[in-house]
Amino acid sequence: MMNKILEITNLRKNYKNFSLKGINITLERGYIMGFIGPNGSGKSTTIKLIMNLIKKDSGEIKIFGLDNEQNDISIKERIGFVYDENHFYEELTVKEMKDVIRPFYSKWDEGVFNQYAKNFELPLKKEIKHLSKGMKMKFSLAIALSHHAELLIMDEPTSGLDPLIRSELLDVLQSLLQDENKSIFFSSHITSDLDKVADYITLIDNGEIILSQTKDELLEEYCIVKGRKSQLDTHHGVNFIGLKQNDFGFEALSKNKKEVLNQLGDSVLIEKPTLEDIMLFFTKRGDHNVPSH
Amino acid sequence: MNIIISNFSDEPIYLQIVNQLKEQIVKGELTESQSLPSIRKLAKELNISVITTKRAYDELEKEGFIVTVAGKGSYVASINKELFRETKLKIIEEKLTEAIHTAKLVGLTLEELQEMLNIIYEGW
Repeated sequence: MMNKILEITNLRKNYKNFSLKGINITLERGYIMGFIGPNGSGKSTTIKLIMNLIKKDSGEIKIFGLDNEQNDISIKERIGFVYDENHFYEELTVKEMKDVIRPFYSKWDEGVFNQYAKNFELPLKKEIKHLSKGMKMKFSLAIALSHHAELLIMDEPTSGLDPLIRSELLDVLQSLLQDENKSIFFSSHITSDLDKVADYITLIDNGEIILSQTKDELLEEYCIVKGRKSQLDTHHGVNFIGLKQNDFGFEALSKNKKEVLNQLGDSVLIEKPTLEDIMLFFTKRGDHNVPSH
Repeated sequence: MNIIISNFSDEPIYLQIVNQLKEQIVKGELTESQSLPSIRKLAKELNISVITTKRAYDELEKEGFIVTVAGKGSYVASINKELFRETKLKIIEEKLTEAIHTAKLVGLTLEELQEMLNIIYEGW
């Protein structure tokens, strides 16, 4: 399919204490995918593999339909990349740093950079080390967007930023998506950033993809169930995820809201989950998916 | 065109858009062949995902309220308001019949039922 901008198939990478266990992710042109999971779940490893910064053990990564190892340079020309920690020379000014990066991109567009610099109010003459965290992120973003990238890859861009800057960033991302040929792959553990704008959500935990689907389906299909502990003993046939019990009741996530309504109806409290709820119930350590009796 | 999204409603966001646009089309606030914003523009303005606005437009198109011309955008369709009203009247009739049926089961009189209808109607 021509429309797939990113296609990861059976990707594996083994470390001593962690492994990526054959993951699959597909992103089409024109959409934002939020890549969520707790710290240490494999988000950064996956992004480093996509960016060909580390070597995979097996599997395939295709970007723009091309193998990412064989076409490393031509692919990177078409990607905008924003890290959590920026990798700039701290001693240089914003303008000097931009001039260092600029020659690496054949499609660099100074006019676009200047426009972002103006919109973001980047202090061009200030040394990088004196920039606030938010300003560094904006500078990274301006760099990433100034060479007409088709795919924007962001690794935890909002971590440590205040809500105002996060909301500005989301605005920029939505402006970018006015072009239906562009896509954004965005890793974050701050799921509230994605609750609104993400088209697709991929949840990773412990090196495995737990789910990958449209956010709308996810939030409509899943529900939080709360009830009395005695209800857990009955033959209800509902499969609970991340069951939590305390002295006075239980709560759990269910993948099938309709089934919960049919089987348990008014006898339990049914609530709409947020992405954070879904992530927490799935990734809770200990008694995982508790099957029904 | 006015759209107000509630993040706390149980109604999915795409359905909120569908219902609000339908209402404005039926009331004539949005008129035939008036052009609608693109799904991407709408998503940005409302701060929601493109898939959500796309789904709303798909649904409105399926129900005949809007038409989408590839490469040109979406427009308000010419809807038959009489027909729309007829269908709604039919639904109301069905639901009232059901209510009467239930009322008879518990021995409610017509007056009592009318009283109930009055109270609920005024309350909306």
